[in-house]
Amino acid sequence: MNERELAIKSNIYRQRILKYIVGANAGHTGGSLSCIDILNVLYNYVLNVDPKNFGSPDRDRYIQSKGHCVEALFVVLADKGFFPESDLNTLCKYKSHYIGHPTRKVHGVEQNTGALGHGLPISVGTALAAKLDKKKFKVYTLLGDGELPEGSNWEAALTAAHYKLDNLCAIIDKNSLQITGSTADVCNTEPIDEKFESFGWAVQHVNGHSIKELKQAFGMLPLVKGKPNLIIAHTVKGNGVSFMENQVKWHHGVPDKVQYADAIKELESALSILR
Amino acid sequence: MSAIVNDQVINGKANLDVFSSTLQELAQSDRNILAVTSDSRGSGKLVPFGQKFPEQIIEIGIAEQNLVGVSAGLASAGKKVFAVSPACFLTARALEQIKNDVAYSDNPVKLIGISAGVSYGALGSTHHSLHDYAVLRAINNLIVVAPADNFETEQAIKLAAKLDKPIYIRFGKKPMPLLTNDESVAFEFGKGRVIAEGTDIALIATGETVYPALQAASILRDIHNINATVISMHTIKPLDVNLLKQVADTTRAIITVEEHSVYGGLGEACASFLLQKGHKKPFKILGIPDEYTVTGSQADILGHYNISEQGIAKTALELLNSK
Ligand SMILES: [Mg+2]
Repeated sequence: MNERELAIKSNIYRQRILKYIVGANAGHTGGSLSCIDILNVLYNYVLNVDPKNFGSPDRDRYIQSKGHCVEALFVVLADKGFFPESDLNTLCKYKSHYIGHPTRKVHGVEQNTGALGHGLPISVGTALAAKLDKKKFKVYTLLGDGELPEGSNWEAALTAAHYKLDNLCAIIDKNSLQITGSTADVCNTEPIDEKFESFGWAVQHVNGHSIKELKQAFGMLPLVKGKPNLIIAHTVKGNGVSFMENQVKWHHGVPDKVQYADAIKELESALSILR
Repeated sequence: MSAIVNDQVINGKANLDVFSSTLQELAQSDRNILAVTSDSRGSGKLVPFGQKFPEQIIEIGIAEQNLVGVSAGLASAGKKVFAVSPACFLTARALEQIKNDVAYSDNPVKLIGISAGVSYGALGSTHHSLHDYAVLRAINNLIVVAPADNFETEQAIKLAAKLDKPIYIRFGKKPMPLLTNDESVAFEFGKGRVIAEGTDIALIATGETVYPALQAASILRDIHNINATVISMHTIKPLDVNLLKQVADTTRAIITVEEHSVYGGLGEACASFLLQKGHKKPFKILGIPDEYTVTGSQADILGHYNISEQGIAKTALELLNSK
């Protein structure tokens, strides 16, 4: 898929994210919109995963540490054919497997996540298993910038470097906001790049909404042989819907009817330009 | 049921040593067996394992949350992971990883809590695990086991290696005599073992408290002419409620014994079941009470709280006389 086609997909994914969040009357709107381009490039360009052979021991792994942005993941998995998109009409409904965080009850989900600071250690273990078995698959995990203060991330960062896991790629969806406000105000984690570098990681910055830069960065892996990879994706919370962008209230805000119509209108007009 | 009170002490090793030798035996023929440690290979008696199978031991360093998270990832990729760490740290520091990454995600990690209960004695409460049954019982999709002797330990480790489900196994480090050499008393997760039979009172114990319960049964029989049933309830969850019901029906009183808080462990699990079944006979939970634990060696502490041969026998007499 070329960049324009991927950009079109991102736009459609954004519309679907909003649709199902409105349907569920719940969801993490801002973060799903900030990470959707990353998920788009992963699932449509990078990952070797197949809904018909998802159990393959050689598949690439994607583990979403920032589990709360599950709507982005579900929309992409549906598009990839892991389950019918209509299943998402049950999102957050009684007895639905499609709940507010990823679970393995949903085809295509690797791990049950939701509590923060868990994706990286599990990914380290999975990448280590690949090294032990001399398998070629890679492990990708998406972290929010707000979850970096969880100490388990830093424990895992040490282990990843210790075992030279260059088959591991962590991506930080650096939208610089979290539920309380700016990450810099809540708990300043900068400089993230220098911290990870000092832990023995190779780090690459990208514009997390540039399909081109994301493709390039993933195409360069491993950034340095023998080092785990960190891609810091600079993103905008609520990206694609101007009135949601960089607004902390859209962390888990659900659009009302008018807001939803406005958002779709804006996305549709962007889509018509892409087409 | 044909077991009798065992008067002959058959000396054993520490269950920890048996864990280590059993794991070596398994690793010999299965390269997917991994020991994952948090600077705990020495206390886990895994130094020889590491020397023999350097490719099959993963050192994490002192980081228990990471130990469990990494173990979950390894297990999800097909490794048979024994995550080994002192029970006190493993089940408290890493509880969220146990709950989410192992149990909820259904990654079949074998969580091995070493030096459990008050094994660390005078090192104090930071190093005691008196909460592990309670917290782990409340987590769905997790089997909780405390083997009593070398036989149960070996069986538990071998069965765990084949099990495709999350499991927690805890044991201590003192030498444990064999409970019985009657090989018909098999070991199976979720099925208590009847070590001795009597109709006066049932002593339902778990882990390394089964042996003092068995000794107490000897005292009760020889000195007081009281016949006790002794059960090794090695699996705390799922509890063998069929055996529990049978024992409740055929004895006059029940004492549960555990190296754990009286809150939330074997005793309360039994009490909950029995009360809901309308059981009305005398019942007593022996464990560590809710207080700052008395200081001293493991033997001091267990003796202080009557989790001992003499203490269990005394408690039995009091319970039978209290009716
Ligand atoms: Mg954020």
